[in-house]
Amino acid sequence: MREKAIYFMGTLGVLILMRNLYVILLQLGDEMQQGAIYRIFFFHLPAATTACIMFAIALVASAGFLITRKFAFDTAAAAATEVGFVFATMNMVTGSIWARNIWGIWWTWDARLTSMFILWLLYLGYLIMRPAIEEPTQRATLSAVLSIFAFCDVPIVYYSIQWWRTQHPAPVLTTPGAMDPALWPPLLLNMLAMLLIGLTLMMVRLRQERVLREIDSLRRYAHAI
Amino acid sequence: MSAPGVDSILSVDGVWKFYGDYPALRDVSLSLGKGKCLALIGRNGAGKTTLLRILAGFSKPGKGSVSIVGLEPRSTEARRRIGFIGHGISVYDELSASENLRLFAKLYGLPASAATDLLERVGLTRVKDGLVREFSRGMRQRLAIARAFLHEPSVLLLDEPFTSLDDRAIGVLQQLLRSARNRGASVIMSTHQLREAFELASDVALLDRGNLAFAGPRTDEMLSDPGWIYAHYADPA
Amino acid sequence: MQTLRSVFTVAHKDLRSELRSKEAINASFSFALVILLIFSFAFDPTAEDTRRIAGGLLWVVFAFAGALILNRSFAREVPNDCLDALIATPIPAYALFLGKAIASFLLLLAVELVCLPIFGIFYNVRWAVQFLPLLLTLALGTWAMTMIGTAFSALTVNIRLRELMLPVLLYPVLMPALIGAIELTTNLLNGEMLSGNNITFLKLLIGFDIIYTALSVALIETVLVG
Repeated sequence: MREKAIYFMGTLGVLILMRNLYVILLQLGDEMQQGAIYRIFFFHLPAATTACIMFAIALVASAGFLITRKFAFDTAAAAATEVGFVFATMNMVTGSIWARNIWGIWWTWDARLTSMFILWLLYLGYLIMRPAIEEPTQRATLSAVLSIFAFCDVPIVYYSIQWWRTQHPAPVLTTPGAMDPALWPPLLLNMLAMLLIGLTLMMVRLRQERVLREIDSLRRYAHAI
Repeated sequence: MSAPGVDSILSVDGVWKFYGDYPALRDVSLSLGKGKCLALIGRNGAGKTTLLRILAGFSKPGKGSVSIVGLEPRSTEARRRIGFIGHGISVYDELSASENLRLFAKLYGLPASAATDLLERVGLTRVKDGLVREFSRGMRQRLAIARAFLHEPSVLLLDEPFTSLDDRAIGVLQQLLRSARNRGASVIMSTHQLREAFELASDVALLDRGNLAFAGPRTDEMLSDPGWIYAHYADPA
Repeated sequence: MQTLRSVFTVAHKDLRSELRSKEAINASFSFALVILLIFSFAFDPTAEDTRRIAGGLLWVVFAFAGALILNRSFAREVPNDCLDALIATPIPAYALFLGKAIASFLLLLAVELVCLPIFGIFYNVRWAVQFLPLLLTLALGTWAMTMIGTAFSALTVNIRLRELMLPVLLYPVLMPALIGAIELTTNLLNGEMLSGNNITFLKLLIGFDIIYTALSVALIETVLVG
């Protein structure tokens, strides 16, 4: 049942994505000022939203673990963080490619880029610490606390960078202001597709995490004999 | 074992402890009366330390409940009444003997005289201002014992207390244990040294791979043949 | 009241054992000097450069030197299993946490206050023009660092590679506080008053301190006992 749900969700995500690719690449015309590269926006923004949703899931799951002490929550938090991290990476890479084409630079310390980079580093820390803790119960507890610490930082990071930026005006960056209404449907659909793919990856990771825990317990059984 | 009731100082009720999915303790239930001494025995990895740490409030059971002097182990009042000796000496190398004891006296809300008194009883008065770093092994062990008895605990949790102690420290520990039991304190100690443990113990509990294989009063058979309990109750493995 | 006294007792204990061995504070201070030196080679700053980067330079020094002190905070309890004995005492876990945090805070602040005039000499900066606001900034920024650092020191105390883990976890979370502290420090060293934009950054620091103090105090029992 669960298997089928995973396959269904994954397939649905990929189908929507393929349809979107067709629309984005073949049906939509080039943008007036940016040319072809504006299309990357259809992947850049949905990657960010998916990443943020994943990190929010990780926060809720972490709090859930601390309250209930059920490993399902810890597994979900770990899986969501990993997938969120991948999408955050994708967001930064696509952003960077776009920036190279439009601004002529790979990176600038603008408010959004910097915030995303710090967010990325926060969860990188989580992913580095997790495997360093041997005992699963301890790992789950400490990771959950770290995840809460990290998530609470996100809004503070965002505002602090804004204030910092007002002190150091960045090169004025022209982001496409009003979007052509025709671009909304593919954008929203792409958000859905990415979210579905993200959730599918998370489900797969859930299963792997469960199996890992089982292996750990079998090893302990073996030691006990 | 006494029936759980008013004079029960410790009751462990259906306790499980999990490391991930692996149950290190499986449905352990015990109770111990006031003034009794329980020897907790079992092979390495049977769950003795895990159980003692749960009783001391250092970790929480995955399922089941523990009450010690009628309270939850992490409650402030329970902590005031539990004394714990673990594998480490739990005193600071950079502090002197009396600084160490005065520190813990303060944290337990005791007057400084408690520290002086205990230093006298473990025979460290003469070196009380020496740094622990410069102490011999035996002196460090006696200081560790003094730390655990400082607040006159009514329940003593001792993890392998006699392992690696020198003769003088063993003497000090036995004497302090005797006087603690005379004022009605209960003792729970995990141990490998069956003969010594059975001489002190009124009750015995055997852990076998996380299961409580035996719990009951110490009998004369155990005293005459320490291996008896393993032969009768532990899984041959 | 009793809790306050135990906070003080723990802080006193940590300070006393640190001042006897001086391990962390010596390492931290000499590391700070080395970084000050490296910066002068790396940037060879003119007076104008120094004016612009003063806050950033100082806080990079403080953040690196701070990690050495904060690493020791709970690690100090490891060798003889002292942490067990502390947890077993009837003081609340947050009192233990705050006591250790205050000790690290004072040690780090001491290192910073010694570094400040040395920085002034090396880089020809008049550092005392806005001394009290600057002291406030140092205190707030250092408190932010000690809160998160001590909490993470507790978090990583039983992990292998704990010395490596702390900086990786500490700096990203600390970033907003560092931004505030750096901006404020630069502006104050340039003789600005505590007004306008500087108030915004001051609020940022205070807010950060309050949020993470509350969060650490709320979660420390879970971290230490599970």
